[in-house]
Amino acid sequence: MRYLAVDFGSTFTKVTAIDSTEARILGTANAFTTITTDVMEGFTNALNELHAHIGEFRYEKLLCCSSAAGGLAMVAVGLVPDLTAKAARMAAEGAGAKVIKTFAYELSAEEQQEIYDINPDIVLLCGGTDGGNQEVITANAKLLAEIDRNFSIIVAGNKSAVRDMEASLQASGKRYVITKNVMPTFGKLDIEPAQTCIRDIFIERIIDAKGLSKVQEMTEFPIIPTPLAVLKGCELLSTGTKTSPGIGDFMAVDMGGATTDVYSMAKGSPTRDNVLLKGLPEPYAKRTVEGDLGMRYSLRFLMEAVGVENVAETAGVAPEAVAAWVAKCTANPETIAPENSEERRIDEALAHWGIAESVRRHCGTMETAFTPMGEVYVLAGKDMSATTAVVGVGGVLKNSSNPAAILAGAAATPRTMAMGSMLPESPQYMLDKRYIFSAMGLLSQADPETALTIMKQEISSLSEAPHGN
Amino acid sequence: MSKKTLVTGVIGADVHAVGNRILALSLEEAGYNVVNLGVMVSQEEFVNAAVETKADAIVVSSLYGHGEIDCQGLREKCDEAGLKGIFLLAGGNLVVGKQDFTEVEKRYKAMGFDRAYPPGTTLETTISELRSLLGA
Repeated sequence: MRYLAVDFGSTFTKVTAIDSTEARILGTANAFTTITTDVMEGFTNALNELHAHIGEFRYEKLLCCSSAAGGLAMVAVGLVPDLTAKAARMAAEGAGAKVIKTFAYELSAEEQQEIYDINPDIVLLCGGTDGGNQEVITANAKLLAEIDRNFSIIVAGNKSAVRDMEASLQASGKRYVITKNVMPTFGKLDIEPAQTCIRDIFIERIIDAKGLSKVQEMTEFPIIPTPLAVLKGCELLSTGTKTSPGIGDFMAVDMGGATTDVYSMAKGSPTRDNVLLKGLPEPYAKRTVEGDLGMRYSLRFLMEAVGVENVAETAGVAPEAVAAWVAKCTANPETIAPENSEERRIDEALAHWGIAESVRRHCGTMETAFTPMGEVYVLAGKDMSATTAVVGVGGVLKNSSNPAAILAGAAATPRTMAMGSMLPESPQYMLDKRYIFSAMGLLSQADPETALTIMKQEISSLSEAPHGN
Repeated sequence: MSKKTLVTGVIGADVHAVGNRILALSLEEAGYNVVNLGVMVSQEEFVNAAVETKADAIVVSSLYGHGEIDCQGLREKCDEAGLKGIFLLAGGNLVVGKQDFTEVEKRYKAMGFDRAYPPGTTLETTISELRSLLGA
């Protein structure tokens, strides 16, 4: 069987030609995404490019994912920040959405305005355990209904509050669905029903809104958000199929111009004794998105978050040189650093530290508590210290001469250990050079066995990276 | 009438797990919806759990003698979080050494607790007092 996997990205439309009988990738190509006119143009250009590389290619099945036109922009709303608000965010990120902001408690007038300005595709509204707090979610339903934007609302909160919410939701004229609570009882998560709703709305409404209906008509498979395809690819590579084993625990980092996505495939159970678990349980296949850590559009925020001195030291330049480069890239996001230049060193140091920061936010923390009974460790989030592999996906890493050095940002250092961050302690670095994760995630819907075989071949190990920040 | 919800847990840096577990099971058996937060629970965790579950009472255990320090400010945090009039109960080994419990109780009530129980209080006592406080 011959498959064509297409990823309609914000900048590039990438096509991957796959032959499943030989279990190999015949070729990849890309062209600029043409969302403002007709996406089919970019698609045809990419296909022509592919033909130029590998000759005439006729596919039998087409598989598509998209993050074009801003991707799937969402807002998550919950009650307590560490509880239902966090659960809402986790559910949305796991469904491939870009969560622009998470809100907790009753929304203020400013926050209503903020949501208006964000203009999300979907708002996920949570709050209260079943039978728990009703007031806040009911009030928030009403406040969301007042916002004069055409977003869809998914209600996944206290079931006892639904009756009171329906009137205001109906009156709003917005599309809304009601599903199971993300946290039905305290501390227990049930995020899949909310994620199914996100997927359904993406298929029903967003695809059309982003000008992808023509593409959808060409394929029997639903178009899914690109990050969800990557997540599916990662999960398959980690856990394997019914007949073939996967590679086990690993992390993956996808650093783009505006955001950095971090994926972890692991239970994240504590690696030492005497550990007390705190906080919400986290999914085996977890994705987080850092909207302030990207290599171009958000480079300024990245520099602020990681500290200009750190970047300067890693690049071996003066802090002023880093600041100048960041200013240049911010003014002109198309800027590319020439090979073997000082700028390239700065860019790679920024990527290294951006990865360090995004992975730190993704992983759990272990704190030591001193009790009259002795020392006790308290773990919140995933303990990734024993994870043996970190995979770099596309982007900056693909074009670097030393991707392992950039990826080394994901590893634990004496400082992160002292801060209690549970980062991988001595991982092996791997690279998804041809950006096949999303294509293989798509293929996993039709032929997981082939997708796994190809990933095992394609995701290559990098030579040892120099350690230490 | 739906079940009343209680949040239980051992406050502070206290890791005594057994008594709290027995308490939680007994309260469940008595017909309450129990959200047991386990050991080493901070005031914030008690408050957050009570907010999400709209709890009727927080039942705090403390076994290691530092309870009084750990419990200070819990009522104020509840007020701050909008948990108006939520019942606060504490029990276990609330203070160090042998102290006159009427004094201890007075201090706990001054901190905003509705009930404070001395060591050796039976489960039946707690449950029957909860019934009269919550009306169920």
